[in-house]
Amino acid sequence: MTFTNSAELLSFHWVAYTIYAAMIISVIAWFGYNLTRKDAKSVFRLPFYTYMAFLVAGGVGHHIFTYNTIPWVSQDITRHDITPDASYQFEIKDHKWIGLPKKITVQCGQTIEFDARSRDLVYGFGLFRQDGSLVLQMQVNPGTDVNGILDPNDILWTFNHNGVFDLTSTEYSGPAQYTEDGEDLMLVKNFVEVVGCKDGGGKL
Amino acid sequence: MSMMKNLIDGTNFDHKSLNALQKVTLRAVVMSFLFFGLVAIEGMIMRLVVTGPANPLPPMFSHPEHYFSIMTVHPIVGIFGSTYQLVFAAFMFLVPFLTKKPLYSIKLANFVWLMITIGTALAWLAAFFWQYAPLYTLYWPLPADTTQFHAIGGVVFIVGVALIMVGTLGFIYNIYATIFARVGIHKDKTTKELLISGFGIDGMLNLVNKLRGKPPYTKEPALALPVVAIFRGTVDTFLDAIVILAAGILVLVFLLADMSGANWDVAAVDSLLYKNFFWWGLDLVADGLVLIYVAGSWYLLATLITGQKLFMENVARAALMLELLVSWMVWSHHLLADQGQPEMMKLISGEMVTAFELLTQGLALFITLVTLWKARPLKMTMELKYLLGGLVGFGLAIPAAIIQADMGMNRVLHNTQWIIMAHVHIALIVGLYMTLYSALYVLWPIVTNNTKMYSSKLSNIHFWLYLIGGIGMGAFGGMAGLDGMLRRHLYVNGEFNTLMILAAVCGTMVLVAWFVFLFNIVMSVGIKGLIGIFLPAEDPTASYGIEPEEIAENHK
Repeated sequence: MTFTNSAELLSFHWVAYTIYAAMIISVIAWFGYNLTRKDAKSVFRLPFYTYMAFLVAGGVGHHIFTYNTIPWVSQDITRHDITPDASYQFEIKDHKWIGLPKKITVQCGQTIEFDARSRDLVYGFGLFRQDGSLVLQMQVNPGTDVNGILDPNDILWTFNHNGVFDLTSTEYSGPAQYTEDGEDLMLVKNFVEVVGCKDGGGKL
Repeated sequence: MSMMKNLIDGTNFDHKSLNALQKVTLRAVVMSFLFFGLVAIEGMIMRLVVTGPANPLPPMFSHPEHYFSIMTVHPIVGIFGSTYQLVFAAFMFLVPFLTKKPLYSIKLANFVWLMITIGTALAWLAAFFWQYAPLYTLYWPLPADTTQFHAIGGVVFIVGVALIMVGTLGFIYNIYATIFARVGIHKDKTTKELLISGFGIDGMLNLVNKLRGKPPYTKEPALALPVVAIFRGTVDTFLDAIVILAAGILVLVFLLADMSGANWDVAAVDSLLYKNFFWWGLDLVADGLVLIYVAGSWYLLATLITGQKLFMENVARAALMLELLVSWMVWSHHLLADQGQPEMMKLISGEMVTAFELLTQGLALFITLVTLWKARPLKMTMELKYLLGGLVGFGLAIPAAIIQADMGMNRVLHNTQWIIMAHVHIALIVGLYMTLYSALYVLWPIVTNNTKMYSSKLSNIHFWLYLIGGIGMGAFGGMAGLDGMLRRHLYVNGEFNTLMILAAVCGTMVLVAWFVFLFNIVMSVGIKGLIGIFLPAEDPTASYGIEPEEIAENHK
C-alpha cells in the first residue's frame, strides 16, 4: 500500500480517525453507563501490559506505517542526495514573491525542487488544489549564512497526478499579506500544472 | 424564592462565612469564567468571519488588522486569563486541603490573580486599541516588525504578558513554599524526603524494590499523588514562564530601540533558533503542564469520587517522573515543517519522544478508569459526568496530535485547522475544561460552605450543550483542516463555508452553555454574594480542614 498523493492520504486519515473517534466516545459512554449499574460485569479484561503494548505499538507503528506508505517521508530525509528533474529558487520580501516563474509545467512523475528564501519574515510555501486541499507545504524562515547568502528552505516533490495548483504562504506574516477586504496578496493562481498522468494517477 | 431574590441573595450563600483561602480561590474562579466568556465571544467572531460574505457581523471584523488582533489575544485570554487562573486557584486551594497545611501566603495568592487579570487585560487592550497582532507564536521577527504594528501596542502587549508571567511565578512560589513548609503532617519530614516524593522518585523506587523482591522504599509517601502532579507540573510552569519572559524581553528591547529612533537589525536573532527556544518553552504549557496537571486532577477526582486508593499508584508516581523527561524533549514536533531543522531532531524529538505522550496519557486514562470501575456502582453525579467528559476530550485530542507529529502527515496537516481544532480546542474545551468543571463540582460545597446549586437541570443543560458543542466544533474544524483550511489565514469568500457554519453552530452551543453555567452560578451565590467575594475576609484562615474521605461518602 502506497499513497501516491496527499488527497489519498487525507481521505484515508479522515475515515480512520472518524472510526477511532466514534469508538472512543462509545467506549467511554458504555463505561459511564455501566459504572452506575450494580450488576455490571466486565465484558472483557484488558491486562495492563497488553494495553501498554497496544499503546507502544500504536505510537511506533504509526511512524513505521507512514514511512512505508508515504513516499515523501524518505524523499525528504534523503533530499540532498537526490537530483531533481527541475529546480526553482525564489525569494520573498514584503509579502511579495520575487523571481517566481509565471507558471511551472510538470510532466507526470517528475521530481521538482522548490527553494524559497525569505528576506524579512517567517512565511510559508504551500500548493493547493482547486478544491482548496493541501498538496504540500513547508515553512520559509529568514536568515543568512556568514557570507550573507539567504538560507534555503527547500523541498522535493514528485507529482503523480494531473492537476492545477495554486500557491500561497501557509504561515502568518502579519496583516499586510491581505488587502483591507481580506484578499490574499500572496496567492498565485494556477502556479503549477501537472500533465501527462493517467486518470487515477501514474504515468500514461 | 422568587427569581429576583435568588438573583440578589443567591440560595444559601453567605460570603461572610468564608475564610481567606476560600475567598481568594473564588475571586480567581470568577475572573477565570469572565475571561472564558470573552474568549468564547472572540472565538465566535472568528468562526463567523470565515463563514464568508453571508456572515452577519459588521465588515470591520473581516479586516485583517481586526481579525488577526482578535486571533492574537484569543489564546492569551483563553489560556492565561481563564485556564491559568482556574488551575492556579484550584491548586492553591487543593495543596493546603490535601496536605492539611495552611497556604504559604494569602497576600501572594491575591497578587497572583490580580497580576494575571491586569496582564491579560493589558494584552487585550494592546490588540483592541493598537491592533498589535503577531499571534501567540511571536515568530521572530514579526513581533518587532514596526512597519506593520505600532511599537507602543507591542510594548503594552509585552508588559501585559510579562505581568501574567510575574503572577505565574508568584503562584509557583506559593505552591512550593506550602509544600516544603515543615508544619503539620510534614513537621518531621526533611526537604530531601519531600523532593524525592515530589518528583515521583519514591514510586519508582517502590517499583524497583518490588521487582527485586525487596520491601517497598516507602509505604506512606510524603506527598499525596495529586500533590506530586502539582509539584511536577509546576516545574514545567516555571520553565515556561522563564522562556516567555525571556522572549518578551527580547521583543521589548527591540521595540524600545525602535521608539528611541535606533534602527537595530532584527536579523541579528536567528529565526529558527528562536523558534526552537520559544517552542521548547511554549510546549511545556501544552505537553508538560496540561498533561501532568490533568493526570493529577484525574487521579484526585477518581479517588475523591470513589473514596478508594488509586489503582497502581506507584506506577502513576513513576510515570509522572518519566513525563519530566518526555515533556522537555518533544518540542520539535512543532518544527517538522521547518526544512532547516536537523532531521535527527525531527525524528527523535518530533516523532519518537512525542509518541511517548500516547503512553503517559494513556496510562493516566487507564488508571483513572480502573479506579472508577473497581468502585462501581457509583452515582452519576455532575462531577463524575464531567470527569468522563474530560477523559473523552483527551481520548480524542491526544491521538489527533500524535497523528500529526509525523513527518509524513505533517507535510499535509501543518498549520491547518486540524491541529488547532481537532487537537487544541478539543483538548482545552472538552478535555481540560470538563476536568476542571468536575473539580469545580467536587470542590463547590467545600469552597462555598455547602451552598446549594440553584438548578441541577441547568447544570445538566450546561453539560450536554458544552460536550456536544465542544466536540462538534473541534470535529468540523478538524474536517476543514483535512480539506486544506489553514489555521492562521483569513478566508473572506466562504471557501470552507459548510464546515464553518456547522462549527459556528457548535461554537454557539459552547457560548450558550457558558451563559447557562454563569446564570446558574450567579443565581446560587447572588449578586450580593458575588460582590462579597471581593470584600476582605473576616476569617484570616488560610487552610481548610474537611477530610477528603467525606467527599467520597456523597457519591455512594
